[in-house]
Amino acid sequence: MSAVTLRTMVVRQQLHWSERLAEMALLLVAVALLAFLAAPLGAVLQQAVENAQGRFVGVANFVAYARTPALLGSLWNSLWVSALVTAVTLPTAFGFAYALARSRMRFKGLARAITLVPLLAPSLLAAISLIYWFGNQGVLKTVLTELGVEQIYGAPGIVLAEIFATFPHALMILVTALAAADARLYEAADALGTSARRKFFTITLPGARYGLISAALVIFTLVITDFGIPKVIGGSFNVLATDVFKLVIGQQDFRRGAVVALLLLAPALLTFSVDHWVSRKQTAMLTARAVPYVPKRAPRFDALMSLYCAGVCVLILAMLGMAVFASFASFWPYDLKPSLQHYVYGLVGAEVGAAFVNSLVMSGGTALIGTLLVFSGAYLLEKVQGSQSGGISPMRGVRSLLRLLSMLPMAVPGLVLGLGYIFFFNAPANPLNGLYHTLTLMTVCTVVHFYTTGHITAVTALKSLDAEFEAVSASLKVPFYKTFWRVTLPICTPVLVDIARFYFINAMTTISAVVFLYSPETKLAAIAILNLDEAGEIGAAAAMAVLIVAANSVAILLFMALSRSVDRRTQAWKQP
Amino acid sequence: MLRATLLKRLAKALTAAGLLAMAAGALAQKTQLLVYTALETDQLKAYQEGFNKVHPDIDLKWVRDSTGVITAKLLAEKSNPQADAVMGVAASSLALLDKNGMLEPYKPLNIDAIVSRYRDKKNPPAWFGMDVWGATVCFNTVEAKKKNIPKPETWKDLLKPAYKGQVVMPNPASSGTGFLDVTAWLALWGDKDGAGDGWKFMDGLHQNIAQYTHSGSKPCNMAAAGEYVVGISFEYRANTNKAKGAPIDLVFPKEGLGWDLEAFAIHKGTKHLDAAKKLADWASSRDAMLLYGKNFAITAQPGVAAPLANVPRDYEARLVKMDFTVAAENRERVLAEWNKRYSAKSEPKKK
Repeated sequence: MSAVTLRTMVVRQQLHWSERLAEMALLLVAVALLAFLAAPLGAVLQQAVENAQGRFVGVANFVAYARTPALLGSLWNSLWVSALVTAVTLPTAFGFAYALARSRMRFKGLARAITLVPLLAPSLLAAISLIYWFGNQGVLKTVLTELGVEQIYGAPGIVLAEIFATFPHALMILVTALAAADARLYEAADALGTSARRKFFTITLPGARYGLISAALVIFTLVITDFGIPKVIGGSFNVLATDVFKLVIGQQDFRRGAVVALLLLAPALLTFSVDHWVSRKQTAMLTARAVPYVPKRAPRFDALMSLYCAGVCVLILAMLGMAVFASFASFWPYDLKPSLQHYVYGLVGAEVGAAFVNSLVMSGGTALIGTLLVFSGAYLLEKVQGSQSGGISPMRGVRSLLRLLSMLPMAVPGLVLGLGYIFFFNAPANPLNGLYHTLTLMTVCTVVHFYTTGHITAVTALKSLDAEFEAVSASLKVPFYKTFWRVTLPICTPVLVDIARFYFINAMTTISAVVFLYSPETKLAAIAILNLDEAGEIGAAAAMAVLIVAANSVAILLFMALSRSVDRRTQAWKQP
Repeated sequence: MLRATLLKRLAKALTAAGLLAMAAGALAQKTQLLVYTALETDQLKAYQEGFNKVHPDIDLKWVRDSTGVITAKLLAEKSNPQADAVMGVAASSLALLDKNGMLEPYKPLNIDAIVSRYRDKKNPPAWFGMDVWGATVCFNTVEAKKKNIPKPETWKDLLKPAYKGQVVMPNPASSGTGFLDVTAWLALWGDKDGAGDGWKFMDGLHQNIAQYTHSGSKPCNMAAAGEYVVGISFEYRANTNKAKGAPIDLVFPKEGLGWDLEAFAIHKGTKHLDAAKKLADWASSRDAMLLYGKNFAITAQPGVAAPLANVPRDYEARLVKMDFTVAAENRERVLAEWNKRYSAKSEPKKK
């Protein structure tokens, strides 16, 4: 009798102890995001409302900004360029997504793979390539002149390069939106003899409208906050993102920089809230009874779609191809003999080699730390329920806070985050001051910058796991970490690989946040490319951009092999 | 007997340990100097190696950016300075730092060998020059022929309509090369707080400018690649591009060439004053000048540099008269005026 009592007591204590552990872990993730996301953002806000002496001045800095006509011009430029890019990219990507989801054209896998190319390169690769195509010595300069465009530098170049860079992002969203269609609606329409046109406008388009809104907002935000492309091909055409850089790095005017950064935050926050609202609506769209749509064979339509996709793919490959070609040309445009001199100069002369190593280290670190942090955060939020007994309501607050902090990075442009990191970590009073200028801080910054996408992926995967696992484990008094280690983690490893790959590739190409944080020892390859272009060494810049694409392609193949082997080991239960 | 060998061994071990400890101590004593610079990356390496041959115990850590950025950074950190020394930054910028009381005057060993107009007039000097870099125009002959554009001989030639949309120059706010051009034009034709003929010249030039670039090298590189016909740049970049086989002519406008010094100074309040002084001594030495002379036609110690193939022998005589104190005093106002007039170069308005 007494032995039994003792045992239950022990078990209870153990349960109690493991729950505490989960709570502590949750708290730890929340504190990490507070320190590396919320606090730096707060610092930007603080700078924007203070004067040079650190006294509170309210909106005085904003008023001063509004009185500077040159800066207001940049605001207008940013807005119309972003709107134009959205107006072009959205239908282009929609057509492509439509072909992928609704036609039976061949080589879908190949087409899909080619559209991913822009993601493997720093966004400024497109700008560099456009200079070779349409610059004053460009191959197709005459075409440009005939179209009535005087030069590629400025708005025309920015718009074209941004279309290239944002296309895969829009495509991803739209493919998902179009894939989720209910075949029963189309069957009903067919039975009623509805025309194809009418079906498109009354079923397809409304069904994808949330995807369209979401894609449009993502494109707009990406363009307005992008910095690499306008820097390389913008010429004397100023936009908000380059203004922030000029103010902060060029003139060390942190206050005005903070004001412009907050202006950049506005459209992103808007996007974020609309997107949030949209995604809530969308979950109610598809019911469990929906029948997935399978496209029927339609030779003419399929041929048309194949032709369209082939056209887009050729354009994407032309962009990459020109950069590759130019990187091997000895002396554009006078001597096109192939040579390795741009690679040699870039890697050895300009010391991009060391920067490349830094990039690989940082990307590896980001993939590792990011995946761990994101997955733990998502797991603790989704799967570990706070115990039912009273007295721990503060934990509920921590949970909502962590949810918010996990979604926030999507709304924060890299420039703003990087600026926040300067303000917050470069302050001599900050105990973490020693991190400033280190690869560690740049890694953390990149982890936070891309946190949301990883978080959403992890949450989606975890949600698809039956909650019974946890319930059964809890009733068997198995502590949560055992269930995690033996059940959840093995099932989720493919998702972990996905998140790690996403982090790695983005860390290799990112510029916007880390451009404020590097020191000569911790320079990254993508930043080195920017510097090469600043110095006018555009051939070497092209060569280094091509190297990043190559490194990322190798990384993708490695991740593919990894996910294959993971699949074989952990997903065997899925086989029939 | 046994005890004696044991003792001996013990003594040996102790000595070894002591030596190790001393070695570790010496390693720990290796001083780190944080040096702010606007020098080109490839030059940095050579200078660092040269210095470490003499002083292997001092580690140089560089913070590198363009002249404008480094100047702004130093000024921004005035209340919480990071740099121990500043090397290879424009003398006009160092004079400005000196005006703000941010420099530690020091008379380096070899100061007397340095031409007096290439160093601070005070004694001890707050800064001294390493080498001279000055304006040079890169002119693409192939593209000029295609477009039927004549070769310019003077600055004022560049105002002609033939050059419309064909001239690139560095932005003086970010580039030291851009700033020395502006200083020279204002010195040649008058500043008068924005009303002088120097500004009128720039108003005219602005009409022909295609782009203001971030760096001083880029205009010449663009001209070398035929992207634009005229690139206002400096002689080092022009000389290397021509040597690489670019179809460019080097033009030295007749009215006179703007110039500045790549200069050295010790930052006030450095915790490593002795090490910084050693760097100053080396930077003013003949050995260092020999290294500078590989990149520049004129070094602060005369007669050291071998002539550059594409730069005329009388280059030094073509430089305008330059007062760094005046340039420093006016720097902020001139840049503000310049920004107000030209920074928002918008697309050509359609009428």
